[in-house]
Amino acid sequence: MAEPMKIRATLQGDIADVRILIAHPMETGQRRDASGKIVPLHFIQNITVTHNGKMVMDGQWSQAIARNPFLGLRVKGAKAGDKIVVTWTDNMGDKRTDEATVTAS
Amino acid sequence: MQPIRKTRRTLLKLGAGISSLAAFSAAGLLRVGEVVAAQWNKGGFESKAVDDALKSLGVSNMIDSRDIVITAPDIAENGAVVPIAVASKVPNTQSISIIAEKNPFPLAATFDIAGSDPYVSTRVKMGQTSNVRAIVKADGKYYTAVKEVKVTVGGCG
Repeated sequence: MAEPMKIRATLQGDIADVRILIAHPMETGQRRDASGKIVPLHFIQNITVTHNGKMVMDGQWSQAIARNPFLGLRVKGAKAGDKIVVTWTDNMGDKRTDEATVTAS
Repeated sequence: MQPIRKTRRTLLKLGAGISSLAAFSAAGLLRVGEVVAAQWNKGGFESKAVDDALKSLGVSNMIDSRDIVITAPDIAENGAVVPIAVASKVPNTQSISIIAEKNPFPLAATFDIAGSDPYVSTRVKMGQTSNVRAIVKADGKYYTAVKEVKVTVGGCG
């Protein structure tokens, strides 16, 4: 199954700078493997970020997002110890949820 | 006549159901206190023309805005990883979409923004040199900005 995400959330004033790194192939469905066969489309479609259980960002992606995707966002009104939870779902139904706590910089 | 009428009735019901659901999500009622991922914009992500992608987002009239800042390299050596960040200073920004105009499927991503700062940063694949367009939805209006990114080696192969 999918490997864990790397999530870092550091506080800058009252804004948490959240950086998410996901391990995912993000296949475009146009690439061919060594034997010349097309590698099937495989990419993350939905990604949600919550802050203490409240949705702060709801992303929809296409296959144009680069392999091992990176997502950076800034959450307002954050405090040290707040919980950031990230969930993604891909077009093959695979999904993963990971969480991190906001740390003071 | 009977079976036809029946079908019509069912269709009407179905239509009513769909529109009330749309009204709910538009009012944000489905969002309160729970986490419901927006439905994936299949039509938009599968459209091959920029105009079709814009239509799927509901964009009819875009306003050029200097309040949208796209941070991307002028020249990307590797089209497989092009870092793009979009920051919006448009008040009440609701969503940010990123379009790489000459990609096989131009619409790359849409981010609905609720409690976060209107800023998003990610990495996109680009097939060739093209304009990167950011679309910001705020108060039901659409604002846009463009930046050209030159790609030395494409990243869609």
